[in-house]
Amino acid sequence: MKDLLLRGGRVADPASGLDAVRDVLLREGKVAAMEIPGQIQAPDAEVFNAKGLIVAPGLVDIHVHLREPGQAYKETIASGTAAAAAGGFTSVCAMPNTIPVNDSPEITRWMQAPDRGASARVFPIAAATLGSMGEALTNYSALKDAGAVAVTDDGKPILGDGIMLEALRSAAKVGLPVIQHAEDTRLTGGCSMNAGALAFRLGLRGMPVEAESGLVERDLSLLKKVKGGHLHVAHLSTKKALDAVRAARKSGLHVTCEVTPHHFALTEERIGLYDTNAKMNPPLRAEADRAAMIEGLLDGTIDAIATDHAPHAAHEKEQEFDRAPNGITGLETALGLAISLLHVQHKMPLPAVLALLSSRPARALGLTGRGALTVGSAADVLVFEPAERWVFHAADSRSRSKNTPFDGTEMQGRVRLTVGDGRVVFRAPR
Amino acid sequence: MAQTRNPSRKARQKPSAIPFFQPALFERPIHPRSAISSNDFSVAEVRRILMAADALEREDPLRRAKRLAKRRVALLFYESSTRTRTSFELAAKALGADTTLVSSLSSSIEKGESLKDTGITLKALGAECIILRSPYSGAPYLLARATGLPVLNAGDGMAEHPSQALLDLRTILQHLGVRAAAVSETCLRGVTVTICGDILHSRVARSNELLLPRLGAKVILCGPPQLLPETAAGMMPGIAIERDFDAALEQSQIVMMLRIQAERLAGLQIDLDDYRSRYQASAERIAAHAPTAVILHPGPIIRGMEMVSEVADGPQSAIAQQVHNGVPIRMALVARALSGEKKGGRR
Repeated sequence: MKDLLLRGGRVADPASGLDAVRDVLLREGKVAAMEIPGQIQAPDAEVFNAKGLIVAPGLVDIHVHLREPGQAYKETIASGTAAAAAGGFTSVCAMPNTIPVNDSPEITRWMQAPDRGASARVFPIAAATLGSMGEALTNYSALKDAGAVAVTDDGKPILGDGIMLEALRSAAKVGLPVIQHAEDTRLTGGCSMNAGALAFRLGLRGMPVEAESGLVERDLSLLKKVKGGHLHVAHLSTKKALDAVRAARKSGLHVTCEVTPHHFALTEERIGLYDTNAKMNPPLRAEADRAAMIEGLLDGTIDAIATDHAPHAAHEKEQEFDRAPNGITGLETALGLAISLLHVQHKMPLPAVLALLSSRPARALGLTGRGALTVGSAADVLVFEPAERWVFHAADSRSRSKNTPFDGTEMQGRVRLTVGDGRVVFRAPR
Repeated sequence: MAQTRNPSRKARQKPSAIPFFQPALFERPIHPRSAISSNDFSVAEVRRILMAADALEREDPLRRAKRLAKRRVALLFYESSTRTRTSFELAAKALGADTTLVSSLSSSIEKGESLKDTGITLKALGAECIILRSPYSGAPYLLARATGLPVLNAGDGMAEHPSQALLDLRTILQHLGVRAAAVSETCLRGVTVTICGDILHSRVARSNELLLPRLGAKVILCGPPQLLPETAAGMMPGIAIERDFDAALEQSQIVMMLRIQAERLAGLQIDLDDYRSRYQASAERIAAHAPTAVILHPGPIIRGMEMVSEVADGPQSAIAQQVHNGVPIRMALVARALSGEKKGGRR
């Protein structure tokens, strides 16, 4: 691997607080040097002119569905991580709802094997229960040894109090967070969007806000009983659940949470006339909830922006709204949406936006050495043009699937170069 | 669906100026002479449809049968139906069209063929208009986008049933003595229509809610909270909720009863004895609180549940007239869908 010298960019590393023009030398998969421009001597290195660009740690997405093993027609680890690289992500945490479910060290290792051809580092999140059936716990210590960074039954929330308590206890023992997709499915049978006036108008069954907040509140009450327990709430979407997390955090509980770009960028109105590319779970909510997500990002309650990248084939989304599967792709639009909404619209400083996409999610799931750009850290680097406005086209996506509500959306902030473990994994076409 | 054969082309031509809350980028436009929602019709268009229904009803059957002679209309029914299917079929045939019925139990739908593929197949067989009934809300939009054909919604899930709302309107106007030509934003001013029963699951209620207030009517929704959420009143100005059926009846000139849709209850538990005592159109209740009101029901009636036979078959009932009005209204909708295009015309 040739050395790479990123010359003259503004280095914004939210982990260390550095925000200054630096040359950065990447060597053998590590950040080898970072100096005031002109001081690094590396005659053999490939030089990338980063003048006028931001040099940031490679982004970290702690919630993606890579669909492998089992559903390669939607996505593969190779295609999903290629999309990640194009979106500036160098680390992705892969959810276990594969076929078969990733509930074993074997699958966990398989997902990380070099043969998968990944363009980003894949950190598997393993199933919290066998087959994600919510009955018997998986072997957390073996899964952790195999590389799992958390456990979850994402998409199949753990409803039983006893098993959830057991999961939190066992995970605490081995130092893993339990991630919950907070949805009380007893309240959401047959539902395909947010409950409320619009659902009534469209004749669709709606998921009440309480289905999310109720389960978050239940989980927080269980977490209180577990010494050293860590709960991470996936894709938060309602003000009520966010308020519960905020209060629990204040009371000293170890709870972290994430929000998706679509939940802070869009409302249920985006469904329009039954557009299945606006169907996901949790559903797009009302404006008050969207505004609460922005508020939670601005005030620091929300730890991470995570995409919940959920690719589906065209023929699956081209169905009646109730029949179409939940989920949208998100890896290539996250940075642009975060900059457009949080930095441009709500004046959040760029390093704070980057923290939500790198250092803070890395910390939330304990991904050591990721989401930081300092000498000695992994050579995971994102170089982007913060002011460039561009239009995202789903057809150009590296993902195998094109199910996104952001096709044709203009956004600000465009990736120029992504380096993962010292290797150039994405370079914007000139 | 935003998936398109070439989704980026359209987007590239016209990048959105406002990055968020933009309307969906649909694959293809909906055929403008589709009838999917009551909102598809302006008041002027409602007037034209009702006038066309009158004219077609009066027309000599032999002349009428030349209007759409040998044009092809497909009926695609994923749910059972008596009134709607028969009247759409009779309407298309009365205009001279060839009709074909595809239903879920006797077609490749059983083998898992998608709505999109079924629509494309019907179009390839020469269908110029598809009449769709589906258990899924919004399905007509999918079919219309997939085929580019005019789609007439014969009921989609819990969403809409616009031809029913139009025939209900025709029935109401006939009783009030308002001519079709007089249909306007104010033609139902001073008229109160109560819709009582399982509003939540009713596409008929939604289509009426979206139509009648635009003509000046006051619509009162009546039913228990489980079947009538507060959000129902938010659909349109001019809609109110009254839980006391007697009080609603006192104000109403028109009373539309709905059945409880057992097939869509999804686990909801309803105390039927309590329901009957509060919301049944019983002979005593109607005599006491709405002795002159016109009683409607879109059918099927569950006699002894929402309505007793004395009311259904009584002098105030206009239920058979509603059914009768189905054919002229649907003639007007089919004629409208196929107007302005040559036979076999493909776009």
